[in-house]
Amino acid sequence: MRGLLQGRMGTAAGFTLGAVLLLGVAPAVLPAFNLALLGKFLCFAIVAVGIGLAWGRGGMLTLGQGVFFGLGAYIMAMHMKLADASLFGGSGVPDFMSLYGSGVVPGWWEPFRSPAVTLLAVVLIPGLVALVLGLAVFKRRVKGAYFAILSQALAAAFAVFLVGQQATTGGSNGLSGFRSFFGFDLKDPNNKVMLYMIAATVLLLSLALARQLMHSRLGELLVAVRDQEERVRFLGYDPATIKTVIYVVAAVLAGIAGALFVPLVGIISPADVGVIPSIAFLIGVAIGGRATLLGPVLGAVGVAVAQAGLSSTFPSFWVYFQGLLFVLVIGFMPGGLASLPALVGRRRRTRSAASSPAAPARPAPVATSPDAEEKATVPEEARR
Amino acid sequence: MSTPILLPDGEPRAGGLRHGRPKYLEVRNLSVSFDGFLAVDNVSLDVIQGDLRFLIGPNGAGKTTVIDAITGLVPATGSVNHTGTEILGRKVHQTARLGVGRTFQTASVFENLSVLQNLDIAAGSGRGPLRLLRRRKTVDAAVEEALEIIGLEGAAAKKAGILAHGQKQWLEIGMLLVQNSDILLLDEPIAGMSQDERLETGELLRRIAASRITLVIEHDMDFVREFATSVTVLAAGKVLSEGSVAQVQADQKVQDVYLGSSGVEATDA
Repeated sequence: MRGLLQGRMGTAAGFTLGAVLLLGVAPAVLPAFNLALLGKFLCFAIVAVGIGLAWGRGGMLTLGQGVFFGLGAYIMAMHMKLADASLFGGSGVPDFMSLYGSGVVPGWWEPFRSPAVTLLAVVLIPGLVALVLGLAVFKRRVKGAYFAILSQALAAAFAVFLVGQQATTGGSNGLSGFRSFFGFDLKDPNNKVMLYMIAATVLLLSLALARQLMHSRLGELLVAVRDQEERVRFLGYDPATIKTVIYVVAAVLAGIAGALFVPLVGIISPADVGVIPSIAFLIGVAIGGRATLLGPVLGAVGVAVAQAGLSSTFPSFWVYFQGLLFVLVIGFMPGGLASLPALVGRRRRTRSAASSPAAPARPAPVATSPDAEEKATVPEEARR
Repeated sequence: MSTPILLPDGEPRAGGLRHGRPKYLEVRNLSVSFDGFLAVDNVSLDVIQGDLRFLIGPNGAGKTTVIDAITGLVPATGSVNHTGTEILGRKVHQTARLGVGRTFQTASVFENLSVLQNLDIAAGSGRGPLRLLRRRKTVDAAVEEALEIIGLEGAAAKKAGILAHGQKQWLEIGMLLVQNSDILLLDEPIAGMSQDERLETGELLRRIAASRITLVIEHDMDFVREFATSVTVLAAGKVLSEGSVAQVQADQKVQDVYLGSSGVEATDA
């Protein structure tokens, strides 16, 4: 199995298989409702690909991807609201604005009337926000738990901000009731299939991008930064730049996923972008195996499927189950389910090694230098 | 192997190269203070290209802190000049790009990456974004040579984390070589090595130092006697003595500092 999936041919075969399953088999066998649901899960999977890069490879625990997901989603939702208002209402003012607000479209909404601006903004705005944030945070050497808390606080603040803007973002109701997507009628089943196909294609493309990044020199450098950030500096690299690049890639993927989520699901609200969804994005990645290419995708889809199944049967039970799963995986299987084959293999090997007395003993680790108080790495405080 | 790039022939000598315009490291009045405690106190020293300088001194003398200061890891006052360029007061990665490389007491290699990947990263700080985004297909000539020099050709694909302790130290030296630094700062490169490994490392250091500015922190006086071309003794953050091994060992101040400690036996000077 492993040998089959390795090498250039194996990769091409893997992608072809994925494309056939997602673009050929799934639309043929799944009923429309389930296909739309799968499309929604694929959006989560696109976010997961980015988290796999940033967290799994780069060590950045991004607890706030909901922000970038939300930016992409709200930009798309604003465009669709404006387009609907022009197409169906004639006034050009989205319905909820006349209900809750002054009935005047705010200036910062106007650019999103243009489809081209919207598509650009879906990519550029999350990317720019991540760029500014990444440079500010990583240049100051904020990392580890501090970075995680900061990114999560950002997600919380973003959701709170949206709730407060009833007149311009729909507040806690969010934006919904879309009727068209770039001129396509959203009630038409064929257009729903088209939306699914777009999401599946974007997922495949983002997997190809992630694979290229992982196997590039940048990907190797990223692992070096994750494991020994300080050491990398002494080789002449600035880790902040490397981390920011990957953080921006993850943010752009989340933004695109958000933009696809809106037409597929039909609503975006603060509940989809705050702290809880941000953590939910992460759980699938952790369970699937954050440092692998496919682990995050399979984990994200798996968790979403389980949630859809279990939460309808046991509505209040799911959150506990999700939390428990997260704790178990992080505690006992930090590499996620993707590490299971290797774990089992190692156990089998140690068992056979233990049973054969001829197995050579491992040499004892060499004691470290006697000059312990003169440590090469200086505590954080001394460096400032 | 084609023409060597990393290790031209030659032997290091006290005072460095005598011909051409040798590069140099000039440290003047270097001081490092940790909350009022002067870990390095007004240290001045010169190392010329081609000299294999050892930096010795009792525990807590500030040897590692001197290297930390030169590489920009800890803030320091004074001046550090690399062949006409002031390098003090820059960020660590900027200092490294000016040709200052170092190793650490506890070998710090990238354990989850292969030996080859470790060397490739060390060789690559000058690569542009486009080369970074592409896959590593060929092995740089310098990396290939370094693999041979450090005797890890057979282990190129192995993860650095499973190497033996001595091999990790060598990998660090290899990374230092392909980094193409003019100034090499090695912090106890033979700590924890076997006798044979020490000898091999010593020979390697001499070949490396013949064409570079090399400063090695070491405790083992036998090793210093065998391989150093010049020595600087540091005690309590200050330069105590400087010269050849024999001169330094004959110095009464050095004997006083080491009295009672097993480091220097003045008798066999």
